[in-house]
Amino acid sequence: MKIDLTDTTASKINKALVQGRRAIGTPAVGMVLTLVIVTDEENAYDALKAANDASHEHPSRTLVVIKRVSRSPRDRTQSRLDAEVRVGADAGSGETVVLRLYGEVSDHAQSVVLPLLLPDAPVVVWWPVNAPLDPAKDPLGALAQRRVTDTYASEQPVRELSARSDTYTPGDTDLSWTRITPWRSMLAAALDQVVCDVRAVEVEGEEFNPSCELLAMWLADRLDVPVKRSLSSGPGLTAVRMDTDRGPITLDRADGSLATLSIQGQPDRAVALKRRETAELIAEELRRLDPDDTYASALRFGVERLNSVPAPAVRGAEAAHAAEAAVAKAVQAVALAEAAVARAEEPPAEAEGPAKGEPASEPSQIAAQASGKEAASPEPVKKAAAK
Amino acid sequence: MPPFNVTEANPLRDAADRRLPRIAGPSGLVIFGVTGDLSRKKLMPAVYDLANRGLLPPGFSLVGFARREWAHEDFAQEVHDAVKEHARTPFREEVWHQLIQGMRFVQGTFDDDDAFERLRGTIEELDKAQGTGGNFAFYLSVPPRSFPVVIQQLKKHGLADQTGGSWRRAVIEKPFGHDLKSAEQLNKVVHEVFAPDQVFRIDHYLGKETVQNILALRFANTMFEPIWNRSFVDHVQITMAEDIGIGGRAGYYDGIGAARDVIQNHLLQLMALTAMEEPASFDADALAAEKTKVLGAVRLPKDLGRDTVFAQYAAGWQGGEKAVGYLQEEGTDANSKTDTYAAIKLGIDNRRWAGVPFYLRTGKRLGRRVTEIAVVFQRAPHSPFDTTATEELGQNAIVIRVQPDEGVTVRFGSKVPGTSMEIRDVSMDFAYGESFTESSPEAYERLILDVLLGDSNLFPRTEEVELSWKILDPIEEYWDTHGSPAQYPSGTWGPVEADEMLERDGRSWRRP
Repeated sequence: MKIDLTDTTASKINKALVQGRRAIGTPAVGMVLTLVIVTDEENAYDALKAANDASHEHPSRTLVVIKRVSRSPRDRTQSRLDAEVRVGADAGSGETVVLRLYGEVSDHAQSVVLPLLLPDAPVVVWWPVNAPLDPAKDPLGALAQRRVTDTYASEQPVRELSARSDTYTPGDTDLSWTRITPWRSMLAAALDQVVCDVRAVEVEGEEFNPSCELLAMWLADRLDVPVKRSLSSGPGLTAVRMDTDRGPITLDRADGSLATLSIQGQPDRAVALKRRETAELIAEELRRLDPDDTYASALRFGVERLNSVPAPAVRGAEAAHAAEAAVAKAVQAVALAEAAVARAEEPPAEAEGPAKGEPASEPSQIAAQASGKEAASPEPVKKAAAK
Repeated sequence: MPPFNVTEANPLRDAADRRLPRIAGPSGLVIFGVTGDLSRKKLMPAVYDLANRGLLPPGFSLVGFARREWAHEDFAQEVHDAVKEHARTPFREEVWHQLIQGMRFVQGTFDDDDAFERLRGTIEELDKAQGTGGNFAFYLSVPPRSFPVVIQQLKKHGLADQTGGSWRRAVIEKPFGHDLKSAEQLNKVVHEVFAPDQVFRIDHYLGKETVQNILALRFANTMFEPIWNRSFVDHVQITMAEDIGIGGRAGYYDGIGAARDVIQNHLLQLMALTAMEEPASFDADALAAEKTKVLGAVRLPKDLGRDTVFAQYAAGWQGGEKAVGYLQEEGTDANSKTDTYAAIKLGIDNRRWAGVPFYLRTGKRLGRRVTEIAVVFQRAPHSPFDTTATEELGQNAIVIRVQPDEGVTVRFGSKVPGTSMEIRDVSMDFAYGESFTESSPEAYERLILDVLLGDSNLFPRTEEVELSWKILDPIEEYWDTHGSPAQYPSGTWGPVEADEMLERDGRSWRRP
């Protein structure tokens, strides 16, 4: 059932929701959360479709906030709210309200959304595109326990990752992180099978795909080893290679769906690792509403620390430990220390020198440079200096 | 090869990282009786669904064992068809591709030594080709009389030997014997070959989301537990009704009956979960301890003739279709005393439940297919409203619907709108399909994964099985020697004798 409301208010929308529910004969609500989707007209359809699919697992009230562009000064002074209320079969399993905001009210979307939130139920805000720089401080983001952004959809994904890490607030999450859950679980499963010390890792994937950086940062953060990010033509992530004291472990996915897991001394095995639909990502995202500390920790590792220095060397406090780890590569230890100093003063593009000397990482210089370029331009990332 | 199960040492694992699912370690599943219905409709689809959800280890292998003359490809085709028809999740080519590499078929009968040698060869080959690491679970989807021979064959051919940190597990389906003696015998046979903690008894009811939710409902909330005792509860009704007859299973069913088939395992387990005390933790030992305690405290009624009923369905109409009576079913003995309906009244002798009757009933060809637990509360000790106002008011109840339409209903009184004071029962409903996933995992998915992980939370143990038989045996003996089964028309809610049994206590059965 669909109810169209033109030039309306939140209380009229609430009335329409109750009316709609009565009309289809199910006055009780079993919805578990409110999902607010903030988007433009262009992305609204796909986002809503994904949310409706996800609502089969998480029945929710979905509020789609579409801010319309005003094209003249006169338009900008007038303000209007249009709403489309859908209940029953038209709205997945739950209710959907599509809100179109014109003129001044589009700067005050939270005033429309607040009265429409389900009582006492968690709120999730999702920006499919154009997420604010600081989601938690955004007026709509402030209403939510969980703020879902997607760096994959941004112009400069790698730079945006740094920005996300600067503004991280518990409850923030990124669909680019959600995308790599199957990879992470398969890599963890691989290490369940072999007891080994990982010495170095290479993460290979297409350019402008922040999932590769996130996976690399997660591995670097958990394993405390140098992680190299190299480029391929995709689709998405294509391979992770771990160099261990028991031989290489490789998870290779060339075609975007079926991967091969190779462990030295064990037969190669096929693993289904399909790239997932947005609906599946949203469903996973809604499954847990508590802060994702693992994501925070991976994000805070810092993009600029990939490709260059073994993790321990950077952490000043752990210098002793770093030296110990570097006994085998005594010659390089000096170079690494230098690099760490250099990094403190210069943007990361210059700091990539030592990566070339790394024995573990395979030569793929063009790749490393390309990735570094993206991270550094057009403005130097301040974080390296800050650390 | 290095030892497995080193999750603690894995730097990529972190308890706080809750997105990472529990993936079983390297392992394989061997299904005996792979051509059977259960295997086709439940086990194979469950394996596929697990793979599709990314919960099976890379290299997971599935070995079928049956008499049929199949090549590996025929077996793969059979699994393919079963998956396409019955799997819960959409069919995906790349998942299938992952699975098919580890699929093998071994042809043979259970007494065929060569076949078991071939099975051993297959397992060794899989260890090499798929890296299963010697970890195999043997799923015995076979008639009970074949249990001992299969188990012995496994032992004889060294298939049950755990070497170098690998595991071998046995999964067995009900019935776990047909009385205490045979159950003890079966346990002896199985435990001779497999250690008790490597034996998994599948009671698929315990894999259902709603059954697990009984524990969440009771022990994660504050509002139910304070009234979950004799001071507030009047009685408890646990029902499992089927609308179908015995179908073509007369050979299995005749002589077993509803009580042995359903009450001994499913209903007594549901009762244990409903009545048990809070476990110290949610691990297998603590749960089993509480369930065992409550099953050990079960008291049978003094007069079994008065407080138990057994019956058979007679011809009638079930949901618009004509149905024959049990005795007219093909393959049943015309003088059979087998019960297709059983209702019993049990007490639990402890401080929490003394004096609260638990009514358990199950039957075939009843009104509709439903399984539910109804906790019915006492009436308010005093009502300020006059009797005409509360004439229509029943007793408050919390009903846990196990299947279908899984959920929880709370029934309480509410004022009928209007100028006069009139109070009537209303229901407040929580449906799993509505409030959480419409597509919650099938019970078998959860249970197979638990077997591979070695997590025995949801599997009844030897003591529980033996205690259940101790409860049921005297009743079955009484039925054998006293009277003959009552008759009830197909498509109704059971014999009048069952209604009378509750009427004598001043109560009545819920219409589920």
